Amino acid sequence: MTTTVLEVENLKKHFPIRRGLLRKVVGQVKAVDGVSLSIRKGETLSLVGESGCGKTTVSRCIVRALTPTSGAVRFRVGAGPMVDVAQLTRRGLASFRPHMQMIFQDPFSSLNPRMMIGDIIAEPLLVNGIGDKGSRRARVEELLDLVKLPAAYRNRFPHAFSGGQRQRIGIARALALNPSLVVADEPVSALDVSVQAQIVNLMLELQQRLGLSYLFVAHDLSVVKHMSDRVAVMYVGRIVEEAATEDLFNTPRHPYTDALLSAVPKPDPRSRSKRVILKGEVADPAHPPPGCPFHPRCNYAIERCRTEMPKLQEIVPNHRVSCHRAHELKLAGVA
Amino acid sequence: MAEAQKPPAAEPILSVRDLEVHFAQDEGLVRAVDGASFDLHAGKILGIVGESGCGKSVTARAILQILDHPGRIVGGELWFDRPGHSCLDIARQDPRSATMVAIRGKEIALIFQEPMTSFSAHYTIGNQIGEVITVHDATAGKERARVRTLELLRLVGIPRPERRIDEYPFQLSGGLRQRAMIAMALACDPRILIADEPTTALDVTTQAQILDLLRALQRERGLSVLLITHDMGVIAEMADDVAVMYLGRVVERGPVDQIFHAPKHPYTRALLRSIPSTLAKPRSRLQTIEGSIPHPYNRPQGCPFHPRCSEKIAGRCDREMPRTVMLRAESAVSCFLYTSASISTEGRPAA
Repeated sequence: MTTTVLEVENLKKHFPIRRGLLRKVVGQVKAVDGVSLSIRKGETLSLVGESGCGKTTVSRCIVRALTPTSGAVRFRVGAGPMVDVAQLTRRGLASFRPHMQMIFQDPFSSLNPRMMIGDIIAEPLLVNGIGDKGSRRARVEELLDLVKLPAAYRNRFPHAFSGGQRQRIGIARALALNPSLVVADEPVSALDVSVQAQIVNLMLELQQRLGLSYLFVAHDLSVVKHMSDRVAVMYVGRIVEEAATEDLFNTPRHPYTDALLSAVPKPDPRSRSKRVILKGEVADPAHPPPGCPFHPRCNYAIERCRTEMPKLQEIVPNHRVSCHRAHELKLAGVA
Repeated sequence: MAEAQKPPAAEPILSVRDLEVHFAQDEGLVRAVDGASFDLHAGKILGIVGESGCGKSVTARAILQILDHPGRIVGGELWFDRPGHSCLDIARQDPRSATMVAIRGKEIALIFQEPMTSFSAHYTIGNQIGEVITVHDATAGKERARVRTLELLRLVGIPRPERRIDEYPFQLSGGLRQRAMIAMALACDPRILIADEPTTALDVTTQAQILDLLRALQRERGLSVLLITHDMGVIAEMADDVAVMYLGRVVERGPVDQIFHAPKHPYTRALLRSIPSTLAKPRSRLQTIEGSIPHPYNRPQGCPFHPRCSEKIAGRCDREMPRTVMLRAESAVSCFLYTSASISTEGRPAA
């Protein structure tokens, strides 16, 4: 059994809704409402769901870009003990930050247009006071080589690069400090298909070479299939299903997962699907419906779903589902 | 121009021939569309697919003569078979002419990728859809426009239209905004609907709803749809015919089944291989296309795809531009691999 790098337990992040002159708190948006997950060394866990489901908020709480309302985010550096990042002070965090890094969605806004590529990649080293000018330069060249860009690009500005090349620069920057966990928030969704494939392959390769763990936040299920060992599906602030990639795609147990899978257009005109078309829209996290938050859109909802919130339970080994009818439903999956 | 110039074929409602759109900028000339040809048949969905910079959106805007400055149609023909009129070459119309004003929105309508930016934030949905109706139909008063707007909102499946009609765009979710956008496009009962990345900004489940709606409208109202997207999945799900674009050129076109099951052009083949699939083995590498799309100021010589092509013929593909070769009545490819004496080349419409 390999070591666990990250363990999130019952994570909650609520944003207050303020109204009126005195900015009185009139409600809470429960963006994340009790999420638990774990990532082992060298593994990719994908967090999928539609906009507003809280997947980005989870990732931001993990790297402490946001402070969670409650819950634990335990993180292990090397062979050390698990430390709850959610409880750390600013100073305590500083020594953890280098070990978890982010890759962002938009390669155009995530690179400072006034900095040269070499400086962008060296910035994390500089901030953490690592090395001198010469060794930083050597590290930048090493990193550029790692993401398959010529070392000469060091002296150019971001505007000279295409989206795919910029994303490689973003990856090089994220790897500068030898992190053990990389949180990638939609890293390929802004890229063209032909370039997207290159970045997916690069991320897979780097993971093997460097033993990285990835938290891969995405909405595109087909990319997720190529990237992940395990997948967790979120709906309105909660994980509704989590399983090994193959199991989740072939034998989904939650009706929402099934609907998501069937909504993905298949690149084959001969299999124009009889899709499961969900009615209505994603529930408002400020006013989630009672019972199971998915019940107003669910084709299988029964009376119990309208009143009682299902718990996330392990139905078969390593397959967690939060649905009252998970045992009886026969869902199609991608096959 | 004379009606005799109308291309013969199977009476397409819109026939684009060798369209060229250039943007003359200080840094240089951008050939955004560099000789694109395709046909849209009545009541069908033609998918135009390509990656960024391939000129698919510019083509759509050229058809409506709403190119952004300094874009100009510098060559080619855009034949539109106007109902009740003679066949018209849109490329030769003045963008401000009465004819174009009559066509735009009324006979050919356009829906955009981001409905938030295409609606005004300061007017209600009902107000904006009503305006389209009154602009194109002088006899329709405010009352009739409102009744018609309600009908349209109901048609596109917006729940409680009586309430939504008086709401502002920001009050609607992305999916509802896109439905309202479609309602606005349908306001004048157009013959052709151009949908430019209509679902790119939406979640998959909402995308499925909107695609379903578009398909229903096409079937029930006999709409001809020009569907522009970068997503091969959407094309496979929706299109009858497909045109694949790369750097301003249609490199291959044909019926959807042929494009996916017997693709001819090396770019089409490479593009199809590089699509991630939900049926793939977990953690499997994707096939890639080497390199990246060239910058518009740095167009390669010869065939625009040759620097990334695995089947390029040295000394040929990097020097000459391949001609478009007709393979069958409805399918064409622009690649030297397919130039052979047995296949007749496509000519310009006979004068």
